[in-house]
Amino acid sequence: MRFHRVLVATLVEIFASIGRRGLRFFPLLILRLGRGSLLLFRILAGLPRACLRPGLVVKQIHGLGVLSLPIIAVSGVFVGMVLGLQGYINLVDYGATAQLGALVALALVREMGPVISALLYAGRAGSALTAEIGLMKATEQLASMEMMAVDPFQRVLAPRFLAGLIAMPLLACIFTALGILGGWYIAVWQLGVDSGSFWSQMQASVQFVDDVVDGVLIKSLVFGFVANWIAVFEGYDCLPTSEGISRATTRTVVNTSLTVLALDFVLTALMFGGN
Amino acid sequence: MSPVTEASGTDGSLVTVRDLRFLRGDKIIFDNVSMDIPRGKITAIMGPSGTGKTTLLRLIAGQLRPHEGEITVDGQRIHHLERAQLFELRKRMGMLFQSGALFTELSVFDNVAFPLREHTRLSETMIRILVLMKLQAVGLRGAHRLMPAELSGGMARRVALARAIALDPMMIMYDEPFVGQDPIAMGMVLNLIRLLNDALGLTSIVVSHDINETAQIADRIYLIADGRVVEHGSPAVLRDSESPWTRQFVHGLPDGPVPFHYPGPPYREDLLAGS
Repeated sequence: MRFHRVLVATLVEIFASIGRRGLRFFPLLILRLGRGSLLLFRILAGLPRACLRPGLVVKQIHGLGVLSLPIIAVSGVFVGMVLGLQGYINLVDYGATAQLGALVALALVREMGPVISALLYAGRAGSALTAEIGLMKATEQLASMEMMAVDPFQRVLAPRFLAGLIAMPLLACIFTALGILGGWYIAVWQLGVDSGSFWSQMQASVQFVDDVVDGVLIKSLVFGFVANWIAVFEGYDCLPTSEGISRATTRTVVNTSLTVLALDFVLTALMFGGN
Repeated sequence: MSPVTEASGTDGSLVTVRDLRFLRGDKIIFDNVSMDIPRGKITAIMGPSGTGKTTLLRLIAGQLRPHEGEITVDGQRIHHLERAQLFELRKRMGMLFQSGALFTELSVFDNVAFPLREHTRLSETMIRILVLMKLQAVGLRGAHRLMPAELSGGMARRVALARAIALDPMMIMYDEPFVGQDPIAMGMVLNLIRLLNDALGLTSIVVSHDINETAQIADRIYLIADGRVVEHGSPAVLRDSESPWTRQFVHGLPDGPVPFHYPGPPYREDLLAGS
């Protein structure tokens, strides 16, 4: 029992000293991380209430997800077409163009689908989310909501966060599916690859759990979590001026892109690095 | 200091402020401020721009925390309340923000219905009746389908007023209700404040620097400058005050205890400094 107490005290002391040192060397970063974590905590606490009001969440899924569809769809098709073309040019020398389906699908499912759709999401929906919340703050809408005894975390932030979390994997799936179709169109209709071998090679090499679930679904869930957290935080934390909002919007896109790319490496190493 | 006309006692006051001290960074916003806001009356808090009048409203509403001193609203010490109790109390407080702070994505009708939908379980028919009654009181029943972007500044503030009285509060706080209003809108707002106060048995707190308009409706005025209450009493008492500061403020003299010039080096010295 005593040992237990000493252990806890030592651990707390270690964390406190890390915190003190961090505050001394990177005060701004640590403060922002602290505020960001508090915000995330309050959003997560507001999520159950948000789930009780599906109408609010659905409206945000429309704004964040459905309205992002055009850019996601067009980009997906073009990325798939480029993959098909580049893959063909490189594989044709080895007479391995039958593998094109596998190449296009694996590249999209494991990496490009979740990553590029997250980057596009940050530019299209994340920035809008930041600007919207920042403007609500600047025009005192959040403060007036609080004055009406309505918690903005439950009413505004949590539904948006949840909606983004739902929209991101769906967008990544659509991006990936359209990308594969784009690759297929180029390969089969333009370059003369056999359609049957395109699909059968793809079927043989893409695993549902290891590739589709790990790649598209889990990655995009993680990216969606981070992208929406950053977007909501930057909006809520911005200086309530026009310059403050413009900076916050830029920071959302830049920070989300960097975080997504860095996290992608970590996730790839964890998921696919073992074999 | 100055003759107080009305009998002031804790029992007759809805809001009491005792020895309030509030700092922003190192800057002292309030130092040893005490006030009594009587029930059923219109109390004006006046002072030059930048003296923290809005901050005082936020302190009363519990959005900010004083460094020292105590504020009670309806007998409850506002900074000792749990969040849930504070929200319960805020349902009985209305606040009119300077900008109106209407929710831009909701129509006029939905803005006024917002607090009713959040806090009551009334049927839509009932809500419709209540909303139309509140809008009728501010003369904008016919505008209930408009969006906030289609309203003029004065109309937006009247809609915000209808929203603030939607839950039939015991008090309303007005933050600079006369700023940026044309004479007609100004007259309407003045009338409404008086009318609503008397018809609904409200207690009103008006923060303003427009002495002429405020003196027409206020029962009692507190003058604030440099973080202190300079003088308080009925409008007539203030008009006849001998204090130089009060005279400058009430009569709008350009120079006096509040200097016209921002502090700086001597004029001659400054002009010759470049050569």
